[in-house]
Amino acid sequence: MSDTPPTATRSKSIADYLPSALFPKMSGIALIAVMIALLLIGLLVIPVLQVVYVAFLDPQTGALTLNNFKDFFATSLFRESFWNSFYVSSMSVVFATVIALPLAYVTTRFNFGGSILIQSLGFIPLIMPPFVGAVAMQLIFGRNGTINLLLKDNFGISLPFMDGLNGVILVQSIHYFPFILINLSTSLRNIDSSMEEAAQNLGSYGLRLFRRIVFPLAMPGYIAGAVLVFIKVFDDLGTPLLLNVNNMLAPQAFLRISSIGISDPMGYVISVILVVFSIFSLWASFLFMRGKDYATVQKGGGGLARRDLKTREKWLAYGSVILILLFVLSPHIGLTLLAFGTIWSYAPLPDDYTLQNFVVMWENSGDYITNTVLYAGIAALLDVIIGTAIAYIVLRTGLFGRKALDYLATAALAVPGVVLGIGYLRFFHGMSVPFSNEPVASWWVIIALALMIRRLPYALRACTAALQQVSITLEEAAESLGATKASTIRRVVIPLMTGGILAGFVTSFATAAVELSATIMLVSSDSDAPLAYGIYLFMQTPSGRGAGAALGIVAVIIVGIGTFASQVIIERDKKLKSNSVER
Amino acid sequence: MSMNMVGIEVEDLCLSFGETEVLTGVNLTIEPGEFFAFLGPSGSGKSTLLRAIAGFGPRPQGHIRIGGRDVVDLPPWKRNVGMVFQSYALWPHLSVAENVAFGLKERKMPKAEIEPRVAAALDLVGLSHLANRMPNQLSGGQQQRIALARTVVVEPQVLLLDEPLSNLDASLRVQMRRELLALQRKLGLTTIFVTHDQEEANTTSDRMAVLDGGVIQQIGTPQELYDNPSNLFVSGFLGTANILNGEVRSVDGETLFFTKSGDHLRIAKTETGAGSIVLRPQNIEITRDAPEHALKGTVIHREFLGSQIRYVISTSGSEMVVDESHVAGNSWYETGEEVALKVSSEKSVVLQTNRLDAPLNTIDLKE
Repeated sequence: MSDTPPTATRSKSIADYLPSALFPKMSGIALIAVMIALLLIGLLVIPVLQVVYVAFLDPQTGALTLNNFKDFFATSLFRESFWNSFYVSSMSVVFATVIALPLAYVTTRFNFGGSILIQSLGFIPLIMPPFVGAVAMQLIFGRNGTINLLLKDNFGISLPFMDGLNGVILVQSIHYFPFILINLSTSLRNIDSSMEEAAQNLGSYGLRLFRRIVFPLAMPGYIAGAVLVFIKVFDDLGTPLLLNVNNMLAPQAFLRISSIGISDPMGYVISVILVVFSIFSLWASFLFMRGKDYATVQKGGGGLARRDLKTREKWLAYGSVILILLFVLSPHIGLTLLAFGTIWSYAPLPDDYTLQNFVVMWENSGDYITNTVLYAGIAALLDVIIGTAIAYIVLRTGLFGRKALDYLATAALAVPGVVLGIGYLRFFHGMSVPFSNEPVASWWVIIALALMIRRLPYALRACTAALQQVSITLEEAAESLGATKASTIRRVVIPLMTGGILAGFVTSFATAAVELSATIMLVSSDSDAPLAYGIYLFMQTPSGRGAGAALGIVAVIIVGIGTFASQVIIERDKKLKSNSVER
Repeated sequence: MSMNMVGIEVEDLCLSFGETEVLTGVNLTIEPGEFFAFLGPSGSGKSTLLRAIAGFGPRPQGHIRIGGRDVVDLPPWKRNVGMVFQSYALWPHLSVAENVAFGLKERKMPKAEIEPRVAAALDLVGLSHLANRMPNQLSGGQQQRIALARTVVVEPQVLLLDEPLSNLDASLRVQMRRELLALQRKLGLTTIFVTHDQEEANTTSDRMAVLDGGVIQQIGTPQELYDNPSNLFVSGFLGTANILNGEVRSVDGETLFFTKSGDHLRIAKTETGAGSIVLRPQNIEITRDAPEHALKGTVIHREFLGSQIRYVISTSGSEMVVDESHVAGNSWYETGEEVALKVSSEKSVVLQTNRLDAPLNTIDLKE
């Protein structure tokens, strides 16, 4: 950025008319960096810090105190909630592992026709917001759900799959296990076959070989996945709320703020605990994984040697994989039945099938859908603009503090939606929208901004990856032909990044569209509510469930198309680049 | 360490990956205690053959006998064959000592015995002080030695080395190959060494097999193979070779080799007929005279290599590489100069068409 374009050819900007002392000479890029930093500080750092600060304030006197935390741990409901959140997160990791481990192992270790099935179907749970599947799961696995009714009729027993915390664990592990599956599979694929062969050569085989060599080498991937699952479950608000499990941390924070008000300190204390736990888990996993880059694949080598399955093993593998997938897809099956069913209650399947639910949904949720498109659209657009700018600043400039910008944007990952929601309510409390008397805290733009901050880390990753694939020589070529920095970015860099940027936009849009935890705090009237909130409202009444499920199907389709589209874009982009650009 | 040496016999071995046949009719016998090299270009099947002996890869047809026992149907962990991998394959999650102890633990050896054995193995490779390091803290040469210690500590019957030096830098390579040989002699282990580098094979092995296209081209000592290659591939792969195609004729009791253009050289007595002649660059003499049995040519290129001068001389039909040793004060031939090339009859190798495995027109000039 040190080179300034020749002044003679540059048109004068406002900065040139201002006294230079008032306006220190800054390149355009530095100016953009400062603006992004201010935006992130205003919309992420300050609201979160304020939440932390308020947690240490005496609500009466306004003095700094630890009493709020003492009160928290003195209240049995909060202690129970804390323990429950911890228990549910840990057990979700355990069950997610039980689901993911066999799938990952079978796909990477054997020549197994079902691998494609696992690779495509295994990721479907991620495209459904967990709270959407929760109600459907109740109808299949609940006390009076399909499975238990069948068990009762045939064996006279019933199993408490969905009772209380069990339900949350079940729904969460089914939803989040793909995180472990993806990371673990990658790790397993990155183990060079010689690692395994060396052990066999020295006399090791079978389970012992797996336990002593293969699994330890795959551990970093497993831990990365497991930590994600733990944090996501620990912070999640929607699922426990929909399953009516309130004695967990996130629901407690939500209930305190929404029922008692934003002056109640307990919501803030819980927020602090959520943030601290998220950061602590990330930090612990970071410590564990330090110095453990076990990717050992040699150039041209291809991961673990795959073995052919014997006929009996093949049937066993197919059987268990299909059983797991059926289980994993049960929320989708349940949701579909619910959306197309008439009445489904105390029966293994709906009484009859109809399209009525979609009609009801359509008539009642026009606002939800337009709001969703508006909010998620704004959020995703801002995300890719900011993401591209940060990626460029980090990768292509020597700007002071550029890494900090990256960390700042990524830090949003560690902030649970509930916490951001509470932070916004508090931060914007008392402010009103310019030129109107509407309070900012209940203004719909706030929802879009919260979604923007929440999804920025994903968009940033996509943009960074896209820019990394653009060879710097292409930019140098443009500059040597006389293009200025700005026009190089506009005419060379951005067009080459289009695929990645588009993929980032689609991902951000699709996931923002179904975000519930931050939006539920910020929605002030039903007319401002997005789709996720609409589903939540529908699901509150038994009669609204059908329509809620129909809206859920819409959500699944949006996220599904989004995920598929971003994959297609990325693949197409990859092909295009490999044809045209020698790297 | 173990001194009960065993031999290896490979009989009619064929191996395919799916439809592609990678080894065809391999027969060879490796004597107990021998240092044997598999030499060949990449894709020649040398590594596949080594891995088949260790029990990796698809099940081959034919027999592999180690110490008289057919191991073809045994899994790798029951063969007691020690293999050092090209990538070393040290497990990054285990310390050096744990890596070395791995095989002993698999053999359910009591702890009290494992420790001294591990210490002895590390001592053998001179790296006792690194026992508690992690593999990623070691240099390439150290990793190589640890991989070796990890393999020999279990006292395998034979030692298999898969391109063990290819990941080291050039200076270390020379040192390591001497150490490898010294270690092999000390342990008396029957050893197979896979390499694509003829110098490595020449300097270490007692005997070697040259492979190409999944077929063993020739087996013998390094010197035998260099001096008497049995086909064009071997002659071209080992060192630089000039290959001329033509015909052997008997003229007035003398055996002469006629090139296509009619120039001829005197060669040792052999059958007459179409054939090729293999000439090493250092066995050809350049002269300004016009002797009776010689090839006429023009100097088209000259390179000063220090100890020798390499000329490329265009003769009718082909270009010949000729090396002359450089002695201070000697005069050089200039490019464009007309010269003649002489070869004494005992220094040429004649390959006759009926003995050739490779087509005559493949002239392979490889360093």
